[in-house]
Amino acid sequence: MESIKDKIAIIGMGCCKFGENWNKSPEDMIIEAAYEAYEDAGIDPKDIQAAWLGTVGAHWVGMGGLALAEPLKLQGIPITRVENWCATGHEALRNASFAVACGMYDIAIAVGFEKLKDTGFPGLGIGRGMHPVMEMRRTAPSSFAFIATRYFHTYGLSPEEGKETIAKIAVKNHKNGSMHPKAHFQKEITLEQAVKAPIIAWPLGLFDCCGNSDGAAVAIITRADLAKKFRDDPIYIKGIGLSQNSMMPHFQPGFDWTGFEVTQIAAKQAYEQAGIKNPRKEIDLAVVHDCFTITELIIYEDLGFSPKGKAKEDIDAGTFALDGELPVNTDGGLKCFGHPVGASGLRMSYEIYKQLQGKGDKRQVKNAEIGLAHTLGGHPSVSCVMLYGNDRG
Amino acid sequence: MVGIKSYGAYIPISRMNRDIIGNAWGTRSIGGERSVANHDEDSLTMAVEAAINCLNGEDRQGVEGLFFASTTSPYKEKACSSIVATVADLNKEIWTSDFANSLRAGTSAVRAALNAIKSGEAKSIMVTAADCRLGTPRSVDEQTFGDGAAAILLGDSDVIATIEDVYSVSDDITDVWRTDQDTFVRSWEDRWVLINGYTKNMKAAISGIMKKSGLTPKDFTKVVLYSPDARSHLDLAKSLGFDPRTQLQDPLITTIGNVGTAQPLVLLVSALEEAKAGDRILLASYGDGSDVFIIQVTDAIEKVKNKRGVKRSVGLKMMLSSYEKYLAYRQLVSLPEEFIKLFPSASVMWRTQKWVLSCHGSKCKHCGLVSFPIQRVCFGCHSRDEFEEVRLSDKKGKVFTYSLDNLAGGVDPPTVQTIVESEEGGARIYCLMTDCNPKEVNVGLPVEMTFRRFHREGGFYNYFWKCRPAR
Repeated sequence: MESIKDKIAIIGMGCCKFGENWNKSPEDMIIEAAYEAYEDAGIDPKDIQAAWLGTVGAHWVGMGGLALAEPLKLQGIPITRVENWCATGHEALRNASFAVACGMYDIAIAVGFEKLKDTGFPGLGIGRGMHPVMEMRRTAPSSFAFIATRYFHTYGLSPEEGKETIAKIAVKNHKNGSMHPKAHFQKEITLEQAVKAPIIAWPLGLFDCCGNSDGAAVAIITRADLAKKFRDDPIYIKGIGLSQNSMMPHFQPGFDWTGFEVTQIAAKQAYEQAGIKNPRKEIDLAVVHDCFTITELIIYEDLGFSPKGKAKEDIDAGTFALDGELPVNTDGGLKCFGHPVGASGLRMSYEIYKQLQGKGDKRQVKNAEIGLAHTLGGHPSVSCVMLYGNDRG
Repeated sequence: MVGIKSYGAYIPISRMNRDIIGNAWGTRSIGGERSVANHDEDSLTMAVEAAINCLNGEDRQGVEGLFFASTTSPYKEKACSSIVATVADLNKEIWTSDFANSLRAGTSAVRAALNAIKSGEAKSIMVTAADCRLGTPRSVDEQTFGDGAAAILLGDSDVIATIEDVYSVSDDITDVWRTDQDTFVRSWEDRWVLINGYTKNMKAAISGIMKKSGLTPKDFTKVVLYSPDARSHLDLAKSLGFDPRTQLQDPLITTIGNVGTAQPLVLLVSALEEAKAGDRILLASYGDGSDVFIIQVTDAIEKVKNKRGVKRSVGLKMMLSSYEKYLAYRQLVSLPEEFIKLFPSASVMWRTQKWVLSCHGSKCKHCGLVSFPIQRVCFGCHSRDEFEEVRLSDKKGKVFTYSLDNLAGGVDPPTVQTIVESEEGGARIYCLMTDCNPKEVNVGLPVEMTFRRFHREGGFYNYFWKCRPAR
């Protein structure tokens, strides 16, 4: 099995302002992100040879690549719509990367977007199941509340201790997001605010949940050996891991509800490709799937940043703060950008891309060379880990 | 010997203090409490509970028929008896039939079952009766009515009570009714209803069976009379020569209310729970006439223990906090619209009924792993179609993890979401918890399964299993 390491370079990226974009259509957001990426890559729309679109919205299912072709007037090139739960944005980039790596195309574009604020519901929906009754009232907050309840139980955290621990993650991410002009939420919050917020799905409160936002993000890629023709500081893909569970955790016998094997496996795949042995030491920053604060906590453990059951110690020590040993969610994460599903994986990659180019502004992580972006989706049942570096090894 | 082999009853755990209704309308409370079906219950789910309680310890494969009697069937056209039989995991090769439109439907079903058994057509038939009738808001009916169900397994061997004689009268009288246009029960002037409907017909039927059998009031240990309210049956019993203090079965009006079609069978279960070998019981139902039975308790009654019947149900209760919740439970008020992303499909529900209705999981014949829903390819060892089906509905479990969800909507938030680990091979069941106080939910809480109504997407009722704290 070959590795994807150093075969693909990102030469341009774009990201629209995330938020309650009442006045913008999906098309408006795609245009905003795509033209930023064109300019960043220094290419003309006509240079694009193939496109991948990631979106999960019911409007677009069964509509092929139309939602991308129309706004950008991508005439005549192949467009493929992909979806893979919350890893959808990553999935667009992942598939584009394979097509370019095999030599079929020199320049491809990966686009992800979602328009959540047109549904009339302040969440991802209730009962999003594959069967008429099996998941009647399943919500995303409850699926992760299962984790919080069981994690607190297993590792002996009282509800108060547990809630305070995950609230620290919310405080950290809001602080980072306050420094990002494209974030939906750009305000800091206090620990007390986070702990005392109204309960959405016990034990998760309002500030434990990510926002519900609209957004779009875009990546333009080429073969690594062509990258320097476009710019001096392309960012290289070092590893791509993707893992899918064979049974919904809710029904999976023996599932321990304190972590996700899919994240662990996706990380292992990516680390092996990139040659990473000690992720905590070798990775300079990570942007991960903090759909809920408890999710970020278990991700620390699943990605090998913290030993199993010990994330609290690292959280208390500030390990993952902007000035910590391994900054996580330097842009504010899903907590501040919300989770327009198809866009999220690419929005995370946008932050890593900028940081590795030294364009992190007030959030710049010193000497950032290797970055990780992670998505986790479904019940959850799928995870994608992408590793990026600014040096073609 | 044809008679009763087993019994079960089910009264919803929710009770409403009648003062709440009186206060809501500024009217007089008749006192006591009434049972209220939860928002996820209806006559069908209550009949299922009673049936499963009745089947506890019985041979389900031996049951050759199932009848469902109710005036509040969730369907006007579609047999609920077939649903109950499937949920109770009975054989397919049985006779199912719905008895409807009369408060006498439960005892009519018993007569039909008896005839089938006597004729040798069947050895064992179960009768379920359930009702969830609506009294017009502010009416006395609204206070008097209750919700509940009972089930009786009839057969020709090992009976705990024999049915010695049966007698019926029929009388067309528009005293209490609902047309096909009505939501709420209607009735004519109460004095006329009492004198010319209830009393006249009950007297005719009871006198008739006495004459036929040559028995007198003193020959009966207990008289079980359909009771529209807390008083009318007392006057009736007295006028027939029974002693209300020693012979009359408590109609449970003050504790659960008049449970309609289910009432005669609920009260019979109540009588059997207290009965001793040799007791003789008179049972009389009412509704455009009357069905009367003479029942003789056998020695086998001593073997019947630990059935979930009336006594247990009456003792288990959670008080409804407001009249508004009752209105919401019965869908008499509109609640905020929900954003539910489910696709209704009759064919999917039909194809998956082995786990949706019968609550079967799969147990791998190779590695022993038990999974729910049924999995063709084993999660543990990848063997294909090498499994046996195991019933999980009557297995206990424990809460592995849970959430109290305020986003999930529903009639009565928070929605209690749980992952249950079944005692059957550790199968995991993701389900909602019902009939609980959210504050009592904890990791490790023992639970049992209960069959509930989910939604009416697609224009038909979708049912599935939930869990509730084991009681």
